[in-house]
Amino acid sequence: MKKTTAETCSQAQRDFIRAHKRHHRFVRHMRAALLLLFLLLWEYCADQNLIDSFFFSSPSRVAACFLEMVQDRSLFSHIGITLLETVVSFLLVTGLSLLAATLLWHSRKLSEILEPYLVVLNSLPKSALAPLLIVWLGTGINTIITAGISVAVFGAVISLYTGFLQADPEKQMLIRTLGGNRRDIFFKAVLPASVPVILSSMKVNIGLALVGVIIGEFLAARRGLGYLIIYSSQVFQLTVLITSILILCAIAMGLYQIVQGAEHWYKKRR
Amino acid sequence: MTSDILKIENLFFAYHTLTGETAAISGLSFSVRRGEFLAIVGPSGCGKSTILSLIAGLLEPESGGITFCGADGKKPGIGYMLQRDQLFEWRSIWKNVTLGLEIQHKLTAPNLERVKKMLADYGLADFASKRPSELSGGMRQRAALIRTLALGPEILLLDEPFSALDYQTRLTVSADIGRIIKAEGKTALLITHDLSEAVSLADRVLVLTSRPARVKAEFPIRLTRPDDSPLSARKAPEYTDYFNQIWEELSDEKNNG
Repeated sequence: MKKTTAETCSQAQRDFIRAHKRHHRFVRHMRAALLLLFLLLWEYCADQNLIDSFFFSSPSRVAACFLEMVQDRSLFSHIGITLLETVVSFLLVTGLSLLAATLLWHSRKLSEILEPYLVVLNSLPKSALAPLLIVWLGTGINTIITAGISVAVFGAVISLYTGFLQADPEKQMLIRTLGGNRRDIFFKAVLPASVPVILSSMKVNIGLALVGVIIGEFLAARRGLGYLIIYSSQVFQLTVLITSILILCAIAMGLYQIVQGAEHWYKKRR
Repeated sequence: MTSDILKIENLFFAYHTLTGETAAISGLSFSVRRGEFLAIVGPSGCGKSTILSLIAGLLEPESGGITFCGADGKKPGIGYMLQRDQLFEWRSIWKNVTLGLEIQHKLTAPNLERVKKMLADYGLADFASKRPSELSGGMRQRAALIRTLALGPEILLLDEPFSALDYQTRLTVSADIGRIIKAEGKTALLITHDLSEAVSLADRVLVLTSRPARVKAEFPIRLTRPDDSPLSARKAPEYTDYFNQIWEELSDEKNNG
């Protein structure tokens, strides 16, 4: 395949590239415009008393609340603890699910025996487990991390195990023809071929770990964004509540971007 | 005969499923001489690949014997080439061709030197650090052969190694591979459904019956040719005769089967 540079390419190719760039610029601008429109409309409605700003707050109040929490430093401790719990849950989910999926791949008997239990645990709404975890583990960071793990881990095990099973049987045969055992098959053929599956499972895990951590903080925390949300709703500080939710949005997006960045880096390296 | 490197006697093998058993091979006997290039042709689905898996030890025969006699009296090393090159995209060509040595913990200096020399001899020296996707179909197949040869096997099992290539590539690659195998002095067993490939590459052609497979006919190939290349083999005066005879045996079997 021959690639042309900007100087040598034809008029049609230049037009194509220009149209492509124009399209993406339009999409980007419309996204920003939509957000801006929403914020302006919200502010306007609150300002004109079309909505009750006690319940619905307003962008200016949210911004003021944000600045205030930044100044008294309380925000950082809430964000810090939620981030810490989420990252620890995510790392443990990733490690545990890799280990469990490897064991299931290693023993077909084990995987067949455990299959119905995994399916049940995966489909159970994990928020139902949270009260039980509090009784068992008390309130605090352990309970919250366990809640984060419980939400993500079963689905992760299933998707990794399914991914391992889809590795090309002929590549596994090749390892055998070269004198390799099952260990070689796993580490040289199955695991490297499953890296895309592992990465996409990580993208799901980071979001689910955050869900689990917030559920945990609702019930068993004195700090963290989940705690802040529940507390501010109880004392009717809805500006704090909405600010917390917006920060949570930003954190969820940031964490997802980091994992996606890792995925891009891996694809580029290949 | 002492020059036989491999002797197969009265082999039987069946596949078992819940709905019943299918005999893939029954009463199969043949032997392979040291340094010989033996081609095996047969109706499709007659259990040809099963024979190679049995010889390679990937499957165990239900009855019958497979006897080896390597150069030093021990079991000879066996190399296996699959239908597709199966190069790993996440490894460089160098890491691919040394995969077998890595698995068997034989990444010694003399072995690596030998692999390096083969890469150079067969035109891949400049591609050692490239990824498989950057190579042509023919180069990939050569890399796959070097990966097999890296372990220094005495016997090479070739399971339709050219079938995934387009016709033109296939002619040149089969010529290449045939030449390399002769140059390295290996014994080779080639499974193929391409009669012209069998006649032009092999010293002897076995025709198998349809399932369960046994030997139906045997053709020692003697061609009058100026050189060893399979392309000149196709121009040899005896070529068409062999082709027609084997074709008749095979179509006869297809009609019976």
